[in-house]
Amino acid sequence: MKLYRSFVQPYLFWMGVFIVVPMLLILFYAFTTSGNNIISFRFTLDNFIRFGEPIFLRVLLRSLSIALTTTIISILIGYPVAYLISQSNERMQTLLILLITIPMWINMLVRTYAWIGILSENGLINSFLAWLGLPTLNLMYTDFAVILGMVYNFLPFMILSIYTVLAKLDKALIQASYDLGANKFQTFTKIILPLSVPGIISGITLVFLPAVSTFVIPKFLGGGNYVLIGNLIETQFITVGQWNFGSAISMIMASVIMLSMFITKRFDQDIEEIQSRKEVG
Amino acid sequence: MKKLIEFKNIVKGFDDTIVLKGINLTIHENEFVTLLGPSGCGKTTLLRILGGFIEQNNGEVYFDGIEISKLPPYKREINTVFQRYALFPHMNVYDNIAFGLRIKKTSEEIIKQKVEKMLRLVGLVGFEKRAVTLLSGGQQQRVAIARALVNEPMVLLLDEPLGALDLKLRKEMQIELKKIQKEVGITFIYVTHDQEEALTMSDKIVVMNEGEIQQIGTPTDIYNEPENRFVADFIGESNILEGIMHDDYVVSFDGITFDCVDYGFHDNEDVDIVIRPEDIDIVSVEQGKIHGQVISSLFKGVHFEVFVKSAHREWMIHTTDPVVINDQVGLSFYPEDIHVMSKLGAY
Ligand SMILES: Nc1ncnc2c1ncn2[C@@H]1O[C@H](COP(=O)(O)OP(=O)(O)OP(=O)(O)O)[C@@H](O)[C@H]1O
Ligand SMILES: [Mg+2]
Repeated sequence: MKLYRSFVQPYLFWMGVFIVVPMLLILFYAFTTSGNNIISFRFTLDNFIRFGEPIFLRVLLRSLSIALTTTIISILIGYPVAYLISQSNERMQTLLILLITIPMWINMLVRTYAWIGILSENGLINSFLAWLGLPTLNLMYTDFAVILGMVYNFLPFMILSIYTVLAKLDKALIQASYDLGANKFQTFTKIILPLSVPGIISGITLVFLPAVSTFVIPKFLGGGNYVLIGNLIETQFITVGQWNFGSAISMIMASVIMLSMFITKRFDQDIEEIQSRKEVG
Repeated sequence: MKKLIEFKNIVKGFDDTIVLKGINLTIHENEFVTLLGPSGCGKTTLLRILGGFIEQNNGEVYFDGIEISKLPPYKREINTVFQRYALFPHMNVYDNIAFGLRIKKTSEEIIKQKVEKMLRLVGLVGFEKRAVTLLSGGQQQRVAIARALVNEPMVLLLDEPLGALDLKLRKEMQIELKKIQKEVGITFIYVTHDQEEALTMSDKIVVMNEGEIQQIGTPTDIYNEPENRFVADFIGESNILEGIMHDDYVVSFDGITFDCVDYGFHDNEDVDIVIRPEDIDIVSVEQGKIHGQVISSLFKGVHFEVFVKSAHREWMIHTTDPVVINDQVGLSFYPEDIHVMSKLGAY
């Protein structure tokens, strides 16, 4: 036991260096004014107060609404796909899951870049439309392009987490439902769907969180003027060099994410509770 | 009694193995029928065909005179208690039991009455709001039975419903199930691989092995008149030996000729013979046609299990009289205790 514990120590050390220390630094930056060094610094809440300006709040709101839209679309597409996969035979399931997983091996940057080639003014879609003699569309640098990019990138997480739950579902429960007189539709709404809620919830977490914080997708597909919260943070650190304000936004983001995780978790528990305590009659 | 279910020459294969090899079976109204056989012999498969979850490759299933092979499960007047209960984990006890009635759009008021009646029947009054996942095995079992029975099916299928319970609870539930069946007065088709369970509960036992029916009969028939070596061996401990049927009522084994009550075999046909351990009496050496030495004696609560080594074999004997180890003894049995079975085996 002792021996094993000593193996963990270097791991703990590096985890401390790479995760805890940067977080502490962000915390430190967020609450101090710029131009500090470690020896002399001044605490301030200005960085947070500044975020209260309408322009920044609008960015936050926009980020949340884009992420929410992405999540909802991912559920609407992901659930049926996951369901169909779980219904196919075993070999087919392995194959389909592999097909969904493979793109995830390729860097997200590359995959998002590929969409530019498809959506841009002389891209695949518009070339095709022109070839048909139809007017071309303005696809790039729109909400549509950004949401498309997000759904494309994060949908696999939704599918996989719903599929995992559906695949584990005891087939005997479905048979029991048929046995008791329920048809396929009733079995779906009364048994399969309620029992797959945990998969949907974890799918939501896996899609919403990266969607709300990504900066690559809006940068590529939304263009230079398209600012979501992730871009805002990136600019503060890299372009403007305002590490303190950037840190404060990061802190706010982290709080929003934690809050949304807390809400989904609560929602999940509530469902379980309702289910186990449902009133008689 | 009226015929309710008829299996006609049912054949079922999975991939390239044939699991049911031509099952013919008639089940009547109000019967408690048990499918008995070793693991993997096709009991569950036969039930699943009747429940409508899989379809046979060949043969017909008649229910109340109508061929039902193409009927989906939800249109059959049959309910099932599954091998591992399959209670809906997201519903409480009440909602589980009410499920079938709600599907049929029964009014909540009637549902309430019926569910309460069921809870009384299975002894779970007061458990309505419990989560099924928190119930003990025996309680889950009862919920599964109530959930099926509340729909008032004509037939209840029970697939090893007591398999997961400990011995004591199992005995209690056996009695209770039998009582419930009498009370509701419907056909039970019960699957088990426990021969004792089958003997105590059933009106009719169907012994299966490797996808074939070996024997159909009442518990006493099956026990006292096994039709072949497999049945004799599967139903209780036995002395099974090989012999020759010389003529009607005359059989020989271990080089000795005995009178018996069996007839209708070919002259000098090779046969299997079963003699139940409790049918053998230990007598003095002079009185017994067979004799040997007592090699062990084990007290089993009510009787002693004694092994006697004769010139040809070891005999198992159940007796209430104590014997002395290493004594020479004689063995004696009546002609009607010698059960002669055809070697062809098939039913
Ligand atoms: N869906 C299936 N696909 C392939 N083989 C199957 C399938 N269902 C059952 N089998 C095979 O059919 C045979 C009979 O199975 P069945 O479940 O009917 O046995 P059983 O008599 O109920 O056994 P047990 O007492 O263990 O429950 C087994 O060899 C099993 O492996
Ligand atoms: Mg079985």
